[in-house]
Amino acid sequence: MHAHGHGRGRFPALLMSLAMMIPLAACGDNVPVNGGETGNTADQTLFQGEFAGSGASSQQSADEAWIAGFRKQHPGARISYDPAGSGAGVNAFLSGSTIWAGTDAPLTADQLERSRKVCGSGTAFDLPVYATPIAVAYNLPDLWPKGSGGHLRMDPALIAMIFSGKVTNWRDPRIAALNPKANLPDLDITVIHRSDKSGTTKSFLSYLHDTAGSAWPYPAGENWPNDLGQGAKGTAGVVMTMNQAKGTFGYADAAQTTGLGTVAVQVGKTWQPPTAKTVANLLDAAQRDPQASQPGRVVLAVDHRTSREHTYPIVLVSYDVVCATYRDDRDGSKAQFAKAWLTYLLSEQGQRMAAANAGSAELGQGLRSQAMASVETIGGKS
Amino acid sequence: MASRTDRGPVIDFDRFRPTRSSIRARKRKDRLMTVLIGLSFLVALIPLVSVLWVSLSKGVQRLTPDFLTHNMSGVVGGNPTPTGGYGGILHAVIGTLEITFGSMVISIPVGVMSAVYLVEYAHGGRLAKAISLMVDVMSGIPSIVAGLFAFSMFALVVGPGTVNGLAGSVALSLLMLPTVVKTSEDMLAVVPNDLREAAYALGVTKQRTITSIVLRTALPGIVSGTILAVARVIGETAPLLIASGFIATTNPNLFSGRMTTLPVFVYNEYSQGLAVCGPGADPGCLTDIHMQRAWAAALVLILIVLLLNLLGRLVSRIFAVGRTR
Amino acid sequence: MSEKPNETATLNKAKRVDRIFKACATGAGILILLALAAVTLFLILRAFPAFTGDADSRTHAIISLSGGRASSFLGYVGPLVFGTILIAGLALLLAFPVSLGIALFIGYYAPIRLSTLLSTVIDLLAAVPSVIYGLWGALVLVPNITGFWRWLSVHLGWIPIFSGPVAAPARSVATVALVLAVMILPIITSVTRDILIQAPRLQQEAALALGATKWEMIRLAVLPFGRSGIISASMLGLGRALGETMAVLMILSPGFSYSLRLLQASKSQTIAANIAAQFPEADSQGVALLVATGLVLFIITFIVNYLARRITAKAGA
Repeated sequence: MHAHGHGRGRFPALLMSLAMMIPLAACGDNVPVNGGETGNTADQTLFQGEFAGSGASSQQSADEAWIAGFRKQHPGARISYDPAGSGAGVNAFLSGSTIWAGTDAPLTADQLERSRKVCGSGTAFDLPVYATPIAVAYNLPDLWPKGSGGHLRMDPALIAMIFSGKVTNWRDPRIAALNPKANLPDLDITVIHRSDKSGTTKSFLSYLHDTAGSAWPYPAGENWPNDLGQGAKGTAGVVMTMNQAKGTFGYADAAQTTGLGTVAVQVGKTWQPPTAKTVANLLDAAQRDPQASQPGRVVLAVDHRTSREHTYPIVLVSYDVVCATYRDDRDGSKAQFAKAWLTYLLSEQGQRMAAANAGSAELGQGLRSQAMASVETIGGKS
Repeated sequence: MASRTDRGPVIDFDRFRPTRSSIRARKRKDRLMTVLIGLSFLVALIPLVSVLWVSLSKGVQRLTPDFLTHNMSGVVGGNPTPTGGYGGILHAVIGTLEITFGSMVISIPVGVMSAVYLVEYAHGGRLAKAISLMVDVMSGIPSIVAGLFAFSMFALVVGPGTVNGLAGSVALSLLMLPTVVKTSEDMLAVVPNDLREAAYALGVTKQRTITSIVLRTALPGIVSGTILAVARVIGETAPLLIASGFIATTNPNLFSGRMTTLPVFVYNEYSQGLAVCGPGADPGCLTDIHMQRAWAAALVLILIVLLLNLLGRLVSRIFAVGRTR
Repeated sequence: MSEKPNETATLNKAKRVDRIFKACATGAGILILLALAAVTLFLILRAFPAFTGDADSRTHAIISLSGGRASSFLGYVGPLVFGTILIAGLALLLAFPVSLGIALFIGYYAPIRLSTLLSTVIDLLAAVPSVIYGLWGALVLVPNITGFWRWLSVHLGWIPIFSGPVAAPARSVATVALVLAVMILPIITSVTRDILIQAPRLQQEAALALGATKWEMIRLAVLPFGRSGIISASMLGLGRALGETMAVLMILSPGFSYSLRLLQASKSQTIAANIAAQFPEADSQGVALLVATGLVLFIITFIVNYLARRITAKAGA
């Protein structure tokens, strides 16, 4: 700390001593559940080193679980996921500093073009790995008579009217007409929405845009379009805000809505509460997005206007972006890792891991095999 | 009578004689202000005590030895780890220490040497004026702007998307530098000129005078000022969020790879909200584990800052006693 | 006397070391100038695409970041500047009288032992990281203060700034300003106290001897002495409030307007919190735009610091 005049020559030495701390790398790691010392496993040579990804925060809980699961099979791999956000994640991927990116929004044409710089051949592609129902939630503790629970029923137009400020009180006749048994309070509705740019908002807005007709005057985008109610950062922020006051109404990833009521949305003639199962049905019936026809890409276009039974219409699909081959990848370890990683994510085991720990919907067999067809091309000649 | 008016205006001295009512009014005002000042103190105490109390009471719950000796690798949602804990902050503590140390290595030599220049060499020249103006300006750089700078600089110099511990150190050093310069400058300025002149008279060179007499004398002040500057930047969150990123495992290498620091850890836990304890989860699964970890890490952060503060005070006191000898 | 060649060598060496040392010191000073120049330069370089890129993608980035609320750079940064100044100004307004009170309490009213203890505590609080104030504000203050704001709005709602509907939960400008006030309070207090206790003892005693009450003594002999110091202390606090990111990010429900309705939700946002909130989801054009707003924030704090410097310099002269 003392500043002697000839102290400058010492900086490199100090920096070197910092670099000497690298052997500490495994410091404090939690031992995997199925025991065993790290380093005794046979395929330790495979996936030795650091593999970094970054991107959508919606995937964070699932990625935690996946990393833990993947490392049970490959203890030598050190994997990190930085929940920096979809935009920052794709930017980092396009700069070549990460192997994969998690994103709630499929790649744009411009991003695809830029991916030629990091991919050894061709462009990057996005594959669905994570899906979760988006619940329309409310905080009304005494809504139902004691002992009976249930979901408030709403049709798309009513949801749109609340979110655009046309219905402002819980005792509005349009709510009461659909829910005659509910004990609706005379309370102002406080709308809670995401304040940050987000894939959840985009999915929810495009649902309203597709289904509510003239009741929803705004275009679909990643930012919330009006200044109504309150904005909160992240799904956790929305849920926390909603839990802090009665009469709040918002949308959030269904797995996070602990302590809140969720709306049963009108689909055809039925009322569907958000569950992992009903949203999986929606994804099974989803078409491939015709605009994302570049090689390898699997981008879904879900049908919000569906009237199929047991189908919940509002979903967030999150993608992982990878290359088939990577530039600056002499030993092919990056591609090898990307292949093994996505194979695990898209396996039944991987999907079940995410469902148990992040509350996501398991992707169906058909969708997974479509995505696996792209995964097979990773690392191969093209 | 006429002669009196010639001597000037008549001053009504009675006006200044204190009357009983004016004294009473003044006393009342004095009492009122005493009450107001005491009250302002009490009003301020409520939130400040609340901050400390809440961090302490909520943080103690999760602050176990296991929490301090493990990182977050392999921690899934609210499930317990095989050691019975719920993950920990070892990686964040290491990250905080390394990044802060890095920023000290950058800013302390530069800061102290600039102060030496300002006090010992410049004597109020134009360069000196420019430097002290810039130091003042730097002390107002918003921390997030410092983070943006470090991020942009590493993107241009090293390569786009570079996020590592060193970038965080650069951002923090930018925030630390003005404090180091200012405290060192103050401390050097109060070193009595007699000491310098005595040294020169004995034929000691200027460099020797400065390093072994002036800096030695000012050392306690410089050290304690520096420690306070460190305490100020060690809790920075926003620049590190941008420049150093987030990772669940221990990354001891300051020069490559993402690095978690304690404040970023606190924010990240806070922004994850409730954990999911699904049907397949462990029976010990806790849904509010993120908030518990956030408060515990916040408490550790407060303790580190507190310790540094006390250390700074102790250092300046110990050395101050030595100086009076 | 003839000098030994050995001594000449040492002398020369000493001179050389001397020169090197001076060069080091000067170099360090110049390095600071360069560092600031580098900060400005890099920020401008990074913000460049926000002004020079093709007009379509520029407008697109602004529309996408503001959710369609703005389509030009000025339209985007204007409400943010307003929000930043509003929130920081309010925080200073709330914190200033209280910290002046505490500084006087510590310096002139409290018994000596209590005042040493208080000084230490205040200094410690000045170092509590902002993320912890954010945590406290979001999880403790917000749920508990809604009732008070509602009461305020019912009784003082006829004043436009207090008009309802009150945000529930209270993630409004008023709450954020309160948290920032709590945050900058220890800083302003500790600097103010350091200055006030240096007020010349002789004048204080003279005032008391002439029959002044304690408050009159403070007004006559203490406050005028400390005026410039108090102002620069509050500017320091204002600077910290202007750049504060985490507490605002964690508490405020952001909005994009020039509204003074402090108790309503979604009215304002600060530049710093906006950068932290939007940075994760911004593409490269968006990052350029955010860096440009950061540059604006830098200029604002620069002006505040410059004014503080001018005020202290004038008072000192």
